[in-house]
Amino acid sequence: MTTWEPVIGLEVHAELATRTKLFCACPTEFGAEPNTLVCPRCLGMPGTLPVLNKQALEFAIRAGLAFDCQIAEHIVFERKNYFYPDLSKGYQISQLSQAVATGGQVNIVTDDGNEKQIHITQIQLEEEAGKSIHGGATIREATFTLEDFNRCGIPLIEIISEPEMHSVEEAKAYLEKLKTVLLYIGVSDCKMEEGSLRCDVNISLREAGSDRLGRRAEIKNLNSFRAVVNVLEYEIQRQTELLNSGGTVARETRTWDEGRGVSFSMRSKEEAHDYRFFPEPDLAPVEPGQAWIAEIKATLPELPDIKRRRYVEEYGLPLYDAELISGNREMADFFDKTLQYYKDPKAISNWLMGEVSRLNNQAETGFDKLRFSPQQLGELLAMIDNGQISTKIAKTVLEEMFASGTAPASIVEVRGLMQISDQGALETMINSLVDANPGPAEDYRNGRDKALGFFVGQIMKETKGRANPVLVTDLLKEAILGKK
Amino acid sequence: MRPNEMSARQIARVVNRGEMSPTEIVGDFLKKIAETEPEYHAYITVTQEDALRQAAEVADRLVKGGEKLPLAGVPVAVKDNICTKGVQTTCGSKILAGFVPPYDATVVAKLREAGAIIIGKTNMDEFAMGSSTENSGYFTSRNPYDPARVPGGSSGGSAVAVRCGSAAVGLGTETGGSVRQPAAFCGLVGLKPTYGRVSRYGVAAFASSLDQVGTFGRDIADCALLSSVISGYDANDSTALDAPVPLYHELLSGTENGAGTGVGAGTGTVAGAGVDGIRGLRVGVPKEYFQTGVEPEVAAAVRHCLDILSAMGAIVEETTMPHTEYALPVYYVIAPAEASSNLARYDGVRYGWRSGNSPNVMEMYCNTRDEGFGPEVKRRIMIGTYALSSGYYEAYYLRAMKVRRLIRDDFDAAFKRYDVLVTPTTTAPAFKIGELSEDLLAMYRSDICTATANLAGIPALSMPCKFVKVGGGRQYLPVSVQLMANVLREDLLFRVGYALQEELALPGLKQPYTHLQPQGDLYTQLEGRGDRR
Repeated sequence: MTTWEPVIGLEVHAELATRTKLFCACPTEFGAEPNTLVCPRCLGMPGTLPVLNKQALEFAIRAGLAFDCQIAEHIVFERKNYFYPDLSKGYQISQLSQAVATGGQVNIVTDDGNEKQIHITQIQLEEEAGKSIHGGATIREATFTLEDFNRCGIPLIEIISEPEMHSVEEAKAYLEKLKTVLLYIGVSDCKMEEGSLRCDVNISLREAGSDRLGRRAEIKNLNSFRAVVNVLEYEIQRQTELLNSGGTVARETRTWDEGRGVSFSMRSKEEAHDYRFFPEPDLAPVEPGQAWIAEIKATLPELPDIKRRRYVEEYGLPLYDAELISGNREMADFFDKTLQYYKDPKAISNWLMGEVSRLNNQAETGFDKLRFSPQQLGELLAMIDNGQISTKIAKTVLEEMFASGTAPASIVEVRGLMQISDQGALETMINSLVDANPGPAEDYRNGRDKALGFFVGQIMKETKGRANPVLVTDLLKEAILGKK
Repeated sequence: MRPNEMSARQIARVVNRGEMSPTEIVGDFLKKIAETEPEYHAYITVTQEDALRQAAEVADRLVKGGEKLPLAGVPVAVKDNICTKGVQTTCGSKILAGFVPPYDATVVAKLREAGAIIIGKTNMDEFAMGSSTENSGYFTSRNPYDPARVPGGSSGGSAVAVRCGSAAVGLGTETGGSVRQPAAFCGLVGLKPTYGRVSRYGVAAFASSLDQVGTFGRDIADCALLSSVISGYDANDSTALDAPVPLYHELLSGTENGAGTGVGAGTGTVAGAGVDGIRGLRVGVPKEYFQTGVEPEVAAAVRHCLDILSAMGAIVEETTMPHTEYALPVYYVIAPAEASSNLARYDGVRYGWRSGNSPNVMEMYCNTRDEGFGPEVKRRIMIGTYALSSGYYEAYYLRAMKVRRLIRDDFDAAFKRYDVLVTPTTTAPAFKIGELSEDLLAMYRSDICTATANLAGIPALSMPCKFVKVGGGRQYLPVSVQLMANVLREDLLFRVGYALQEELALPGLKQPYTHLQPQGDLYTQLEGRGDRR
């Protein structure tokens, strides 16, 4: 039987995090009362004209630069004409041939641990449509439709990939990387639950090893990574069965029913819209100019790929740590800043990935909202190194820092957590303990190493964990073995 | 003299001086409207109460602010595709019956700022598609020289209002000649400004890359004054040019009563022309415009203008603009293509007419647009949709855009050699109502001398240059000459136009005229002094 290889291309729509819409001054807030964030322009009233939001263009260019794209010298907007009740002008101002950015790529790590480049065809800047709310169980049964134009005109970028992904995992890695970078550069909040990141999937199958493309299906408007994964798995199975049974895949647009877990045909190629693209006469072509592009480039943060490489090469972090930390901008920022105060990268990495992440998850918060500062974390770690507190105590102190933002030194002082390294005091304690427990002492002397743990535990209990564990161990050995 | 007989400058002057109140002015114009509307049908909406309220506001500003306003108390007729806040704006279409915009077009805001009174919204061919107002969704306006004839279009209503004296000056819009052609048919001065000179914000789009708001006046200075007021940069229109606006009317020296309104001081000289604006002026006469089926009398009238300019010291030369013949086909691809997209918003969803009882949204669209649009609009939407369709785009729209570039190149070449180009505006005087409505191509040919300026984006002015006798009777109709100049050289058009106007000295043009007036006036004057040629 033929082995089929999936060929996947993705079109990702990311709403830009501008304050105002793409062609008017209406706010872009989510969740306002319907039709309260509208004006004659975004309602498409007669005679109104678009005025380009410069911030949106800057964000689109920023995204292009982050993915290593070529930025167009002449950026041309085009009208995409079609009728739909939530499309107020009867056309969407979009881009086709001279989009903001072309070329470029997204670097993903495949399952076998190799890096792979997925190329970007182009990144285009366009406006959102409004939202239709159909009064019925399904669109076909609806007896009325309500229109909310609050979203109409919000800027978004459409990032179109080349059909270069060949597994569900690659597609997922691509989406995750895309989202990471967009969050990194601050152009989109990527909130899928608010619809600010959506995806269209193109998928076809071809004989493994062939370079001929099969006929593809397009599945539109997926609003979670999980839906993308489910669609791809479903389509791979559906198309495999079709092809294996001698059938052909129809060139069509399908929709995904997440509830039932099936895709179904929306319109065939023959029914496809003719969008009648033509250059938008109301907007002159924009020439961003090399100077502005350079200015935008200069404000780009260090991107996750470069950061990851740096963490491995400069700090010797394991790839796993480097990938995880660099994949979260807030975490990476915290890491970088802590390094200014404390010099052991691996220790910082351990604490961020371990305790701090655990506390964050518990409190459902993130690295950008921590109450304590990178400097304070550095101080905490230094106190461990200096023998002022034990690692165990440090975790207690961290919890307090997490809750209140108090400096670790004052927590240790106020709560009396300073490690006891006073040899005399510990010796007195240890001697009386050993005297009181001749049995376990004898066991230890007879080679049962575990017996020492009993004594350490007792001392820690007595000192509430503050005794310097290394010193305690040394003194105990001396006390027990010396009394032979 | 009744206020409606005054020029806009005179009205502004008497109002600024406090010799008449804006309310008196408006009252007289409203009376004139009542007299002329039953016969000529210039207005779709007369803003009677609103006009009186505006008049009171202007009076208030003059008293309180002590300021002088360039259009103080001047009643302006505004074409009904230019949005007026709180006043119905229909675009001459049933699909927008009852549509009241919550905003003013930039030009309207500028008019209000200048102290003008919006006295009414004028009839037009539906969505500016037509040359006669016969395509209006409401009624056909009548030519004041002969109500059996069309006033031209699409801005016919504004032309009728200014000619009748039911407005002092008027705004129209241009896509392929929609101000200049009705100006020619109604014996008015009409300007189509440089593309981007005037903001299009709030002007319902027909063909965005060609549309421009134009001005009507009964003489050059009024047209110049109104043009100065509405021109200029607008952040709301990305295609608006950021260039200083001369006070065009102040450039015209020696006007009887003075060209000025007592506001501002004009400066500026005309490059390539002498102090009187004419000596040494280089005038090109593109021969193609005379090979368009121009009636001999019209051609003769234009040649007479050239003789005058020559006599005043201009250098007049015949020239050739080889791509002129493609202007109409190019225009009738580009304009409908853009229109098909611009008119998509009239879908019954948000405002305007919505057909009832449609079982689903697709039928709601179809019924709404079928009932709301007239046949010419539907025809152009279909033509434009076709021209943009996949597989035809390259052959039609893209190709038309390339030829448009060649037409523009013709002008660029011509303006290296000439300051102005002189041609007829129309091939003939006003035609009769119904005369061309069955012959679409003949109707489309109305734009033959005018569409080039829109395609090239240059300014063009039409002004009456002769009355021609029609029907062998006592009836005279005006015919016009067109002046074209390079981008942003409206100043030159007004200077040359003014010189011609003064030299031609045609009778009766500066006053309102309707055929109801004692016929004697115009007839006697024309017959009495004989044909000047």
